[in-house]
Amino acid sequence: MTDPVSDPVHDQHKVGHLLDAALLHEQVAAESAGATELVLEASEVHKRYGRTEVLRGVSFGVKRGDVKAILGPSGSGKSTLLRCLALLEPVDAGEVRLDGRRIGVKGASGGMVTPLPERLLAKQRSDIGMVFQRFNLFPHLTALGNVMLGLVEVRGRKKAEAHEIAEQMLIRVGLGERKQFYPSELSGGQQQRVAIARALVMNPKVMLFDEPTSALDPELVGEVLAVMEELAREGMTMVVVTHEMEFARRAANGVLMMDAGVVLEEGTPDEIFTRPQNERTKRFVEALA
Amino acid sequence: MDFRFDIFFQALTNPALQQGAKETVLLTIVAMIFGLALGLFVALMRDSASRLLRGFAWIYVWFFRGVPTLVLLLIVWSGLPQLFPAFSDKWFSQFFAASIALSLNEAAYASEIFRSGLLAVDEGQRVAARALGLAPRKVFSRVILPQVVRVTIPPLSNDLITMLKLTSLAAFISERELLANTRTAVALNFRSMEYYLAAAVYYLVMVSILMIVQAWIERRFRWTSHREKGRGGLIRQLAPMR
Repeated sequence: MTDPVSDPVHDQHKVGHLLDAALLHEQVAAESAGATELVLEASEVHKRYGRTEVLRGVSFGVKRGDVKAILGPSGSGKSTLLRCLALLEPVDAGEVRLDGRRIGVKGASGGMVTPLPERLLAKQRSDIGMVFQRFNLFPHLTALGNVMLGLVEVRGRKKAEAHEIAEQMLIRVGLGERKQFYPSELSGGQQQRVAIARALVMNPKVMLFDEPTSALDPELVGEVLAVMEELAREGMTMVVVTHEMEFARRAANGVLMMDAGVVLEEGTPDEIFTRPQNERTKRFVEALA
Repeated sequence: MDFRFDIFFQALTNPALQQGAKETVLLTIVAMIFGLALGLFVALMRDSASRLLRGFAWIYVWFFRGVPTLVLLLIVWSGLPQLFPAFSDKWFSQFFAASIALSLNEAAYASEIFRSGLLAVDEGQRVAARALGLAPRKVFSRVILPQVVRVTIPPLSNDLITMLKLTSLAAFISERELLANTRTAVALNFRSMEYYLAAAVYYLVMVSILMIVQAWIERRFRWTSHREKGRGGLIRQLAPMR
C-alpha cells in the first residue's frame, strides 16, 4: 500500500482536457462574433475599509480567452480587487461589468445605484469562478461532494447527474482516484486542484485566482500551475494574482502591476518583466527574480 | 457493616425506581430540546446587528447562568403561582415547572456553546460558499451548520449529561423522578445505602448510554474516508471509566 495522500507526480500525468467541448465551441463562436469583446471589466473601482482607501480607481479589462496576471507587493489591493470582481465585497464607486452587463448593483443606468440583495448577488457570482490562496474546501464534504455542491444547490442539478459531471471534472484535474477523500486527507496541491474543479464545474465565464500557489509547499506548486496552464491553453478567461513570474511569462498575455491601490503599469509579460517603465515596477520585478 | 445485598438487588428492581428513571429520562429530553432551541436563538441574537437584541441576549445569559438552578426551580414552581393565579391550576404540574426552569437554565449555557461553535468556523468557509453562488440560507445550512454541529457535539454532550443529573433537583418540588421516588422508598424502609446506591447505578447506566450515543455521533462527524481505522470515539470516551 502506498501512502494515499501524496502522489503528485503520478497525478500530474493525468491532467487532461479541462473544458467541455461544448463550452469551447460556444467560446469560439462568441469570439468570431467580436474578437475584442471584454468578458470582465472594472472601471474606476474604489474601495475603502474604514479610513484606509484600498482601491483608488482601478480600471482594467479581460478579453475572452485572455489570461491576465496581477502583480504587486502585499497591501497593494490585489486581493481586494479580486474580491470586488467576485462580488464578495461591494465597491464604493466605479463599475464592474461581466459580458458588458453591469453586475453587483440594481438600477444601473441614470438613477440611484444600490447594491443587489445577497440572494440576487449569489446568482451573479455563480458565473464567476474563484480560487483562494488557502483553498477553502468544505471539510465536511469529500472531494466529490465539494465539486457537486454548487451543481446541486445552485444549478439545481439532480444528485446522480451532478455526481457524473463532478467525477469527470475531478478526472480532468487528475484526481479521479481521490474523489472519496476528504480535504484533510489531501495534500495542499491536491486540495487546490479540487478547489479549481469546484469553481470550473459551474462553467464560469471567467476564473479568478487569488495567489493560488502561495500557501503551497514548493514541490506542490508545479501540479497546480500545470492545471492552470492547461486551462489557459484551452481558452479559459482568467485573472490571476500571483508571484509566479515563470507562470506569468508562459501563460499570461497581459500583466498588471499594482501598488497602493492603483495600477502602476500594464503590458505584455515581456514588457513588464524585461523592460519595465515604472521605477517601482522595476524594483519589484528584480526582487521577484 | 450493615449492607444487605438482597435489599440492594430489591432496590435495583424496585418498580418505583424504574418509573422514576423513566420520568428522569423524559424530563431530560424535554428540557434539552427546548433548551437547545432557545439557546440557538440566544446565540444568534448575541451576534445580531441589533444592539437591543444583543443586549437582551447578554442579560439573558447573565441572569440564567448566574441564578442557581434550584433557586430558579423554586421561583418557577412556587413563585409564579403567587404572582399569577393561573399557575395554581392543575395543568401547571411539577413536570411542567421543572421543564421550564431546566430549559431556561440550559439555554443560557447552550447559547455560549453555539456561539463559540459559530466563531470556530473559518471565515473562508462562508466566503467560499458565497463565491460559489450559494444563497444565504444554503450557506448556513449546507456549509456553516454541519461544521458548527461537529465542534459543539462534545460540549453539548457534556451539557446533556449534566442535565440528566440536574433533573434530580426536581425532587425538591416533589416531581416524581428517580431521586424523589428513591427518597420515598427510603422513608418507608430506612435502607439508605442500598437505595441511594441503586439510584446511583441507575444514573450511571443512563449516563453510559449517553456516552455511547455521543461516541457514535462523533464517529459520524469524523470526515475521513476510512472510518474503521484508528481509535474510535467510543474507546476514547470509555477510557476514563476503566
